[in-house]
Amino acid sequence: MIGKRDWRGLLRWETLLAVILVLVIAANISMSEHYLGVNNFINLFQLSIEKIILALIMAFIIINAEIDLSVASLMGLSACLFAWLYAKDVPPEVAILAALVMGAICGAFNGFWIAYAGLPSLVVTLASLVMFRGGARILLEDRSIGLFPQWFNNLGQPNFVGPFSFGIIVFAVLFVISLIVLHFTAFGRYVYIIGNNRHAARYAGIKVRQTKMILFTVSGLVASLGGLLLAARLGTVRANLAEEFELDVITMVLLGGVSIFGGTGTLIGVGLSILVVLNLRNGMSLANYSGNIQTAVVGVLLIASVLLPNLLRDARRWQRLGFRSREVLSAEEEAQETQPTDTVGTPANS
Amino acid sequence: MSRIRQFLRPDQIRELSLLLIIVLIVLFFGGQIDNYYSPRTFQRISSAVMIILVVAVGETMVMITRNIDLSVSAIVGVTAYVAGEQVSLHKDMTPLMVLLLAIGLGAVLGLINGLLVAYGNIPAIVSTLGTLAIYRGVLVEYGRGANVLVRDLPDWLVDLPRANLFSIGEIDIRLLFGVAVAVVLVFHLVLVFLPYGRRLYAIGSNPDAARMLGLPARRVVLIAFVLCGALSGLGGFIYLARFGTISFNAAQGLHMQVIAAVVVGGVSVVGGSGTMFGMLLGAVLMGILEQSLIRMQINEFWKDAIFGLFILVAVASDALVMNRVRDMWARAAIRMREAAVPKE
Repeated sequence: MIGKRDWRGLLRWETLLAVILVLVIAANISMSEHYLGVNNFINLFQLSIEKIILALIMAFIIINAEIDLSVASLMGLSACLFAWLYAKDVPPEVAILAALVMGAICGAFNGFWIAYAGLPSLVVTLASLVMFRGGARILLEDRSIGLFPQWFNNLGQPNFVGPFSFGIIVFAVLFVISLIVLHFTAFGRYVYIIGNNRHAARYAGIKVRQTKMILFTVSGLVASLGGLLLAARLGTVRANLAEEFELDVITMVLLGGVSIFGGTGTLIGVGLSILVVLNLRNGMSLANYSGNIQTAVVGVLLIASVLLPNLLRDARRWQRLGFRSREVLSAEEEAQETQPTDTVGTPANS
Repeated sequence: MSRIRQFLRPDQIRELSLLLIIVLIVLFFGGQIDNYYSPRTFQRISSAVMIILVVAVGETMVMITRNIDLSVSAIVGVTAYVAGEQVSLHKDMTPLMVLLLAIGLGAVLGLINGLLVAYGNIPAIVSTLGTLAIYRGVLVEYGRGANVLVRDLPDWLVDLPRANLFSIGEIDIRLLFGVAVAVVLVFHLVLVFLPYGRRLYAIGSNPDAARMLGLPARRVVLIAFVLCGALSGLGGFIYLARFGTISFNAAQGLHMQVIAAVVVGGVSVVGGSGTMFGMLLGAVLMGILEQSLIRMQINEFWKDAIFGLFILVAVASDALVMNRVRDMWARAAIRMREAAVPKE
């Protein structure tokens, strides 16, 4: 039985992701000889760099049992504000600063309604999704603005430092910071506790509202940064920039083992799932599948990443309890699941 | 005050204030736009609202059960495209067959959503965000970029939006608008009088309690999603009749308008409350706003920003004002009950 328990310890979500990643990479290698080149590997990150930066802060928010649907619209809005100011002959440095400040303010606006007015984050960010996109449309209407200064465009190109682009460096730095903050600081523990039970967290003296406010403000700031990076990479800005990016961002986070109900998940898992999604999209591009099919596959992944753990858990319950009615036994099972893990491996009816 | 409390419930106060806002907005636009009070304005608003209205009926039922369906826009797009393609390939299809095809296909797509949510235990926001991408992606691949064209459609379908049900004075009530209003009315009665409708509310206000009472919560939620899909299919049929030319990104973003109408109409996102009548008012309000802003030559680019603001104002006023009103009503009811019980 000891061997069985060891095996169970390995059966973590992250292990499963690593296996999937190896499979996807193996399939990609067999498909194309260009896949293993350094250029392709940098390209892989480069083409979705804004999304994966956003996935980091989205992981914090979903672990905190909230959701931010407005990130993609905010990316568009901040890029549009930058372009609009730039077209009005504002110095680009000032325009960048203004876009970042506006991003933080928009994030704080979401945070205020969620943390202090107590509205559900789903509706608030749905409303601001429409509103921020509307703001972008008001600024740029149907124009597109480009011809930014060369140093700004360089931020979005590869070979900024060595073979890496500026965005990849930003991502690497943010990943390390997020990893430390989430897993090794008190603030990170607060995020988990609030996600598990916000009432208990409040009674324990944790500043729930302040924590949520900080998270949404940072989310706005990071979304704004992502919008600017996207503008630098594309070289032109339109009002529909980054439309529907939120699907990919949320998929990466949920596929990484973060529960939509909050309280669980690790940044290692999110990092692995980012690699899986990037390699999968890259492989499908190599195999000539269109962007829409890729999006549909990401949708399937999103559903599977929640459905599979549910099915696994049900299967384990059935193994343990036999095929008795779930509804009747739910209370009994919940009591069992909170017990130490030693009892999990033994069938209840033996 | 107690008189008012006896005759008005908090939800009715909300609906009355929504009605007041609609009247104020109509008066405002009437002062700004020449020749605003005309049959043509009614025509524009009613034909803009009818699709949203039909889809929003399904969305209302789903949202009352504390779920949400983001994939309705993709379902409208898929059903409109497939029904349009089939009817242009087979000209001998009867109207009823086309209608049933759209509704049936919608119901199947809704069934997938419902199975994932009710039996797969996937939160509705996740599963319908996923199916939104899947349905649209499959449609693009299925259509291979070809559009359904008006000239390939049979005459009865192209003429359908102009078919008249009856006229009141100079105002014509179009058949499709009549259908949309009838759907609202029927499902209003379902919500108020049928056990199924009451179960939706019970599950939405407290899922655990509803299950312990022995309500078949999974089945009720599943049926709500199937109905939502079927009504979106009906919406797809109306979309096809109204626009004729259907591309693969037809109705993209429609779910935002539908959810806006439902939320502004007072259906709570945390489930358990809301009425079809409120949703009707919400949809009409958004329709009037949209069409009137276009008439005022206000830049159409302002539309989204104003829409988003309205959703937020509606939700915030619910949380800040309506909760207090509900508390007042509840406390008054307790006081009355205590007064009625004789002291020992």
